[in-house]
Amino acid sequence: MSTIALNTSSAIGNAAAADTGVPVRIAVKNLNFYYGDFRGLKDISIDFYDRQVTALIGPSGCGKSTLLRTFNRIYSLYPEQRADGEILLDGQNVLSPSVDVNELRARVGMVFQKPTPFPMSIYDNIAFGIKLYERLPKSELDGRVEEALRKAALWDEAKDKLRQSGMSLSGGQQQRLCIARTIAQKPEVILLDEPTSALDPISTGKIEELIEQLRSEFTIVIVTHNMQQAARISQFTAFMYLGEVVEFGPTTKMFMNPSKKQTQDYITGRFG
Amino acid sequence: MAEHIVSSYDNDLQGLRQRISEMGGISEKMLVDAVAALARHDKMMAQTVIASDPRLDLLHREVEESAILTIARRQPLAVDLRETISAIRISGDVERIGDLAKNIAKRALAIGGEFQPHKIVVGLQHMNDLVLGQLKDVLDAYAQKDTAKALDVWKRDGAIDALYTSLFRELLTYMMEDPRNISFCTHLLFCAKNIERIGDHTTNIAETVHYLVTGETLAIDRPKNDRSIDASVEAGV
Repeated sequence: MSTIALNTSSAIGNAAAADTGVPVRIAVKNLNFYYGDFRGLKDISIDFYDRQVTALIGPSGCGKSTLLRTFNRIYSLYPEQRADGEILLDGQNVLSPSVDVNELRARVGMVFQKPTPFPMSIYDNIAFGIKLYERLPKSELDGRVEEALRKAALWDEAKDKLRQSGMSLSGGQQQRLCIARTIAQKPEVILLDEPTSALDPISTGKIEELIEQLRSEFTIVIVTHNMQQAARISQFTAFMYLGEVVEFGPTTKMFMNPSKKQTQDYITGRFG
Repeated sequence: MAEHIVSSYDNDLQGLRQRISEMGGISEKMLVDAVAALARHDKMMAQTVIASDPRLDLLHREVEESAILTIARRQPLAVDLRETISAIRISGDVERIGDLAKNIAKRALAIGGEFQPHKIVVGLQHMNDLVLGQLKDVLDAYAQKDTAKALDVWKRDGAIDALYTSLFRELLTYMMEDPRNISFCTHLLFCAKNIERIGDHTTNIAETVHYLVTGETLAIDRPKNDRSIDASVEAGV
């Protein structure tokens, strides 16, 4: 078995590419992120593979959500936050000022820890985003809404109440609605920031099953505090600490026999 | 290694190690006493060995139950998972070692005061000394997480196999010389085989220790020297 983790942070994520033969979807190169004067991400270089699930794990404050939020530039809502370096999505640097941020956010969708349905009907939750970019006849729009809800494993539960408010759904259903809303934009990448930490075990199981199915179409990056969830659903895992990627590699190796003591201490509950 | 944040997790793993350590001590004593009982025709010692086995069986069950509970409660990962799985494997091997020693003690009772050729008994004792050394070293390797020591045990098994082959041939010769020798020689043959099997179990433990420490299985085949299957019996020879 080849070793993936190397000593230099810039090489950590890139060595795996040669070993796996899977194309890289997002290539992060020398990324730094600042909250005002505070440097939240330190010279991060890491690859995210096409149609694979990559988990970001690490203690609170390590920068995993910060990293996630750079991929669709959602941090740009806050003026004191800035990034420099490169994030190449299919070779195009998303940090470039010439990139259309709205288009980027359609290509790179995001689902948050707390479900965030729009205060509108289930149907409109999905249709809203589609209508921003496309003019479709109603029958085609209906088809797209149904397709998104089916892919999010919500169609059977929602098909008879599409006109009801999205807020009337349970927490787990709302989260699947948010995923459906993201899928409807036909993204390339889906970012999930602790998508199940507010959900009960049954809803969590349904979301994990959904992620497994979505992997065939989308590149997925998930931030999670749940070690076992990361081990279950991801193919690659990055362990971060204090703004750096400490170790990155195939999930099996990361959780069975990590190279770095720090990684092992974290995943086995010896950290701190 | 640093302690777990949840201290009871450390206690769970320590409990597994302690039980295996106790099992190791019991099995070592059983092996020493079984062969001594055989050599000295000591019935009482043989019965003491047999009476030690239930405690070993109980500890084995406790290790398994505790390990399964640890997996259910803690969902161990990395070295903790390997430690839990290793405890299950090693306790199984040590329990079998105890069974094999008990079997030797039973055969010591069966042979009783019947004549035993001195050369064979010395051969058995020598083989047992080697195997006892293996058992001690591999249990130390487990306690100290010493993969070099474990690998050394793994490599030394060939010498024990070679001794077994030689004893096998000698016993065949005795049996062929005089049919009255067949009964006790058969018992001694089983004893020799049991000791050789104990040696194999120590190499299993060595492989598990290597896996526990490094996370990798020993890829190469262990050298094997048991040539007893080549020993043929021809009429009139």
